[in-house]
Amino acid sequence: MSEFIPQLLQQLFNGLSLGAIYALIAIGYTMVYGIIGMINFAHGEIYMIGAYVGLVTLSVIGVGSGLPVALIILFMLIVAMAVTAVYGYAVEKVAYAPLRGGPRLVPLISAIGMSIFLQNWVAVGQGARDMAVPALVTGAMQLDVGGYTITAPYSRIMIILVTVVLMAMLHLYIKYSRLGRASRACSQDLRMANLLGIDTNKIISFTFIIGAMLAAVGGVLIALAIGKLNPFIGFLAGIKAFTAAVLGGIGSIPGAMLGGVLLGLAETFAAAYISSQYKDIVAFSLLVLILLFRPTGLLGKPEVEKV
Amino acid sequence: MVSNIKNAFIAALMAGVIITPVYGLQIVRSGMATHIEPEWDLVLLGMGIVFVFQAFIRPAVVKLLGKRSSSIRMPVLNDKARRASIAVLIAIALVWPFFMGRAEVDIATLVLIYVMLGLGLNIVVGFAGLLDLGFVGFYAVGAYTYALLYHWADWGFWSSLPMAGIMAGIFGYLLGFPVLRLRGDYLAIVTLGFGEIIRLLLINLYEFTGGPDGISGIPKPTVFGMPMTRRAPEGETTFHDFMGWQFDNMDVIIYLYLMALALALITLFVSNRVIRMPVGRAWEALREDEIACRSLGLNPTNIKLSAFTMGAVFAGFGGAFFAARQGLVNPESFTFLESALILAIVVLGGMGSQVGVILAAIVLTVLPEVAREFAEYRMMIFGLVMVLMMMWRPQGLLPMKRPHVELKS
Repeated sequence: MSEFIPQLLQQLFNGLSLGAIYALIAIGYTMVYGIIGMINFAHGEIYMIGAYVGLVTLSVIGVGSGLPVALIILFMLIVAMAVTAVYGYAVEKVAYAPLRGGPRLVPLISAIGMSIFLQNWVAVGQGARDMAVPALVTGAMQLDVGGYTITAPYSRIMIILVTVVLMAMLHLYIKYSRLGRASRACSQDLRMANLLGIDTNKIISFTFIIGAMLAAVGGVLIALAIGKLNPFIGFLAGIKAFTAAVLGGIGSIPGAMLGGVLLGLAETFAAAYISSQYKDIVAFSLLVLILLFRPTGLLGKPEVEKV
Repeated sequence: MVSNIKNAFIAALMAGVIITPVYGLQIVRSGMATHIEPEWDLVLLGMGIVFVFQAFIRPAVVKLLGKRSSSIRMPVLNDKARRASIAVLIAIALVWPFFMGRAEVDIATLVLIYVMLGLGLNIVVGFAGLLDLGFVGFYAVGAYTYALLYHWADWGFWSSLPMAGIMAGIFGYLLGFPVLRLRGDYLAIVTLGFGEIIRLLLINLYEFTGGPDGISGIPKPTVFGMPMTRRAPEGETTFHDFMGWQFDNMDVIIYLYLMALALALITLFVSNRVIRMPVGRAWEALREDEIACRSLGLNPTNIKLSAFTMGAVFAGFGGAFFAARQGLVNPESFTFLESALILAIVVLGGMGSQVGVILAAIVLTVLPEVAREFAEYRMMIFGLVMVLMMMWRPQGLLPMKRPHVELKS
């Protein structure tokens, strides 16, 4: 057997773990777009803040505190989710809620402002330079395939597992809970839902909070896997997650998951088989191409423009 | 009142949660190890401010505005006032370099570059209503056109300048052609994508563009073929020798300033005339209602494309001038933040309003220079201003007064 298949499997694993992160962030874009039809440009920044909150929590606990690693990580995730939930809520209330119902470009520009603000808010507070994240999860699983070894670091396996669990939980929650049902109603028709007695403001806040919490999980996990972060990681991750959301069909939650995984795979394969310098270009080109040829994405519904 | 206090209390608590991980618990690195340095007074201060604002200031402002029944009125420029203010601005700009020091003229040149870019983007965003987040890409195309033509073919500035405009225009046309079918915010994201692709290509095409280091040693523009340097290359006379002057660096700076002024004035004049031409009217009509336009027989793609291309051409000219002034270009100068800054100039000034764009360019360029000690906070405030501006006055500081008729029922 040639080394082609083991290499393919290795790239598949790398792409999957990267795609899981994109999927976690993309959920926030797609849910917000599904309900109020705006691009929450500051969402990437929430992801970055989640990573920072995780790191701060870790530093407060201390790496050598003797607590089991799983507990520390759980704690980091919970604190990061709680804090970013407040961030998501506040960003919506401050920057978007007062502008609802105006021309479309106004909230988008406000969101760009918010994004720049949050980046520098963290850059001033915690410093603009790269910060090292202690490696909590070390080691890797070695698989032997036809004489070649595939390396799967545990930190990346963790990304995939946590993402799958969260996605399943989100799916059940959206499908069966009262709030989930209400938010599905809102994404179908916001005004009608309002007329039928759903507190739409509450649902919109809920959407921002859920999106922020998932993005924070992505931030904490990727920071642990990569081992460093800075206040400007949110921009690129945000754009790519947005690409994932568009690829899957913006407004569709399963679409965001699918899009995230596909984008992660595309990027990893581009890095492996073309050149690692071109992986960002591949992501952006993919974004442009999808918007041009299939703006509704893979799982999205076509939008009918009414006069 | 009680509910006010309660809301303010909740808001203050939330502010506490928001501030604590970023400012309250700062991670300090000492050598290899890091430790946490708590700054609780900052957190309490922030919470206090939010509490006072929510409990007392906001209700008071709401009451005040409610009593007056309308928000604060700002002047809307009519035609006469607009012409007068432009004339005054031009007059100031003309005499500026002869009375000011070197630093002031340098900043003014920078302002003029941004005026030019702002006016160019104003055509796309303000007139045609197409949100372009990749404008800096065309600026980069212009700058690199001159840099590469100089580097590979030894072209001078004056022959490269039209090429820079043409190249940026071609890029605008080719990129605009497929994307202009898209609606508002999708268009914004695609243009952002293109802007980033251009930048990433400039970084990665190492052999051709010099990669992250860019291209340096780009000569300044010549005056009628005479270089403005201390010593001329073999067989050429320098400008100061020709005029019989001593060589003075200040002359070069004033020369660059005047050139920037000329370019900005050309941009102002052209965009001012174009908006009165049929194509300009079509831009505005399209911005207001695309479907109505289509049903009146206008071709939206062509009209949008003309605005997009024209904006790109001006960005290209600006880029070529930028390359000449800096003497070096690298991809660092063409990040998304630059696009956001130019967009902020257009938005702050009032979309479609030329005087507004000029004022905003002055404000956004001069303020950071003046407030150097707050450099750290500069971008933070910049983002905040963009948000507040959208809330308080989405139409900009000096919105354009458009001819309109109101129907009274």
